[in-house]
Amino acid sequence: MKLGLVIDLDTCVGCNACAVACKQWNTSGTTGPLTDFEPYGKDPTGVWFNRIRNYEVGDYPNSKTVHFPMSCMHCDDAACVTVCPTGASYKREEDGIVLVDQDKCMGCNYCAWACPYGARELDREDGVMKKCTLCVDRIYDENLPEEERQPACVMTCPTSARYFGDFDDPNSEVSIISRERNGEQLMPELGYEPVNKYLPPREKKKVETYVNETNSIKAVKDWVNRLVAR
Amino acid sequence: MHPALSVIFFTVTSGAGYGLFAITCIYNSVSQTNPLGAHGVLLSSAIALGLITVGLISSTFHLANPKNAWRAFSRVRTSWLAREGLLAILFYPVAALYMFTVWKDVGGYNWLVIISMLSALWAITTIFSTGMIYACLKTIRQWHNPLTPINYILLGAMLGGLMFLFIVSMYEPVITGLVVTSTYLIIIAAIAKIIYFFWIGVPAGPTINTATSFTSSMVRLFDVGHTAGTFLTEEFGYEVARARLIALRWLVFLFAFTVPGLVLWAGVGFMPISVVFAVAVISAFVGVMIERWLFFAEARHVVNLYHGKQQC
Repeated sequence: MKLGLVIDLDTCVGCNACAVACKQWNTSGTTGPLTDFEPYGKDPTGVWFNRIRNYEVGDYPNSKTVHFPMSCMHCDDAACVTVCPTGASYKREEDGIVLVDQDKCMGCNYCAWACPYGARELDREDGVMKKCTLCVDRIYDENLPEEERQPACVMTCPTSARYFGDFDDPNSEVSIISRERNGEQLMPELGYEPVNKYLPPREKKKVETYVNETNSIKAVKDWVNRLVAR
Repeated sequence: MHPALSVIFFTVTSGAGYGLFAITCIYNSVSQTNPLGAHGVLLSSAIALGLITVGLISSTFHLANPKNAWRAFSRVRTSWLAREGLLAILFYPVAALYMFTVWKDVGGYNWLVIISMLSALWAITTIFSTGMIYACLKTIRQWHNPLTPINYILLGAMLGGLMFLFIVSMYEPVITGLVVTSTYLIIIAAIAKIIYFFWIGVPAGPTINTATSFTSSMVRLFDVGHTAGTFLTEEFGYEVARARLIALRWLVFLFAFTVPGLVLWAGVGFMPISVVFAVAVISAFVGVMIERWLFFAEARHVVNLYHGKQQC
């Protein structure tokens, strides 16, 4: 199995619900707490497994705002695992999930240096590295109803922009959708083979942009209109 | 990258220690008339081991959870950090064997040469591993190049060579061959550093386009998604004004290479010899400390592409 996520950049509205659901589940889960510093202060900081950035793609008028959620890519060739000197970082053979054994981590930050995606954050309170677990304590939990055995971020997404599944199965939803809609890896040139895929926004019908023409007659009309409205 | 003082101190002092140990071993085994004698060689080796130990202890201050540091030797098959740790720890018995050989004068000349070469090679390999900790990271292009470990070795050897001169000068007033060798080491180290600064000046590697998968249009960060800093911005977002970086580069060349080179060239015979070498050692240490600070401060991690950089 090769478990991972597909994120649809076409439908993501950047509401941050996935990040909040992630924080809520994991802060009370096996890797918790995800420590916050000054949570009600002026500059609140803390550990998050999932962060959403917002980009402007293209030049006006042919531009689009793209909301960009990022968590661990659970890379096939995970550099964070390769560089870890203690063996605290490991990739599970059975499903490809990259995890940190917090009992072994010495907090040297080396894995965070090796990760290009910023997926790993040091919990300065506990002194250990923390990261997305793909909700490993949820997806295998047989006490949960079967439809809820998904990562918290996928469960909560109000626009269904997130998909979870097995990329080794060519007929799984994630394999089909990333094949049909050209799912992309981020920074593929580094060669870490990130498992998570991002679906580019669909081609949309072009919307004509209204260009405000100005000439002297129109200027007089506008002036009269404003006068009358008053 | 955030320049952590513990790591800067570690790489400079332990590098200098390994350099000093290697040079002591090599000089003691190849020189026909060693002015140091067993006493001097042992003193020099002991100073080297002291520097190494202080550096290694300093490196643990960088750990957020040092109680697990003993586990750091377990992944030598993949991790350069584990390799460096293991080589550094196993260097102690090798060094002890070398010092025992010198102290008791056992095993004859052939054994001395063998154990000297083994110790020197071990010391240099350990500095190489320290450099490879940084050079193996594809995420930081300023580090991911062959000159990173070479610079570590050359600067370690240069500092070790200058300290060795100082130690030797306490036994024998002038050793022209050693002064010439040290001067060459300074020149080679300076040239390698100049090439390094030229190499990292060329933009390369991932861009905001490959980082976001939108490779055919302009991509701009619109909002980073957090109001205060995060671990990522604190660790990787460190940035210094361009003008200050350039000024510090000049200081590196002034203190690390120019001053030691000049006092070796012009100072011998002009000032008391120990003063000459002491000035060279202190100046070189200051220069290499700045160099190591720059090594971190100039490094740009690709995660900055997600915080608005177009290219790192």
